[in-house]
Amino acid sequence: MTIQTPKVELTLPVIQDMELAATKTAEVVAKQMGLDEMKTAEISMALIEACINAFEHSKSNSNVYIHYIIDGDTLIIKVGDSGVGFDQEVVEIPNIDEKLKADRKRGWGIKLMKELMDTVEFESTDGGTTVTMTKTKK
Amino acid sequence: MSDFDLRVKEQDGVIVLNTNGYLNNFGGEQIASVCLQKISEGKRKFLVNLENTEMVNSIGVSILIEVIEELQGVSGKIGYCNLAPIVEKTFNIMGISKYAKIHSNEEEGLLDLST
Repeated sequence: MTIQTPKVELTLPVIQDMELAATKTAEVVAKQMGLDEMKTAEISMALIEACINAFEHSKSNSNVYIHYIIDGDTLIIKVGDSGVGFDQEVVEIPNIDEKLKADRKRGWGIKLMKELMDTVEFESTDGGTTVTMTKTKK
Repeated sequence: MSDFDLRVKEQDGVIVLNTNGYLNNFGGEQIASVCLQKISEGKRKFLVNLENTEMVNSIGVSILIEVIEELQGVSGKIGYCNLAPIVEKTFNIMGISKYAKIHSNEEEGLLDLST
């Protein structure tokens, strides 16, 4: 008999603050897994950043898809959009000293995701981007 | 319509902004708008009390960098207090805490800024 990996799927329309709906689901899944409060908050914060990147950078008005997969002690979250994609090689790592002098203060999403989650990987093509993030209950 | 509001008071020469709700782009713009207005009126010390803000996003926080930049130009100061652990961690990752002191509560922040 095959044991199915528990998975929750969520579809978000591109509407202001809809990323908070993604965090509510993450909280329920994290609680189910027994993740502590800080890890849950880190997941929520990383998810907010992944969603607003998908909303803003995808240049697309289509929906954003989120999969929450419970793989043993690890929560895998996939956030996918069907926008134009991006080249992560050209994304600059932001720095506060430089940002203070720069006209554009934004561009912190990827840095935050990488600092808050255990792993973060991007798959991006002309047809869209999927970010896969993991957090393990240690 | 975003679920964010702001209360502003002045105490001991410090402009205190109490936020309520999710600090997104609209929240950041509200804070920046008040701070820039007060700076134009000659105010130089600001304390943002985030006790009722459990979550932020990087767009909202990046707007606060504009306020730090503006205050640097007039030798002003800004501090933050009552940060939720995840908000404090976000501020540390973004480097906000390098240019703005993080206080555990409003009293501590007021004491530091008013002296």
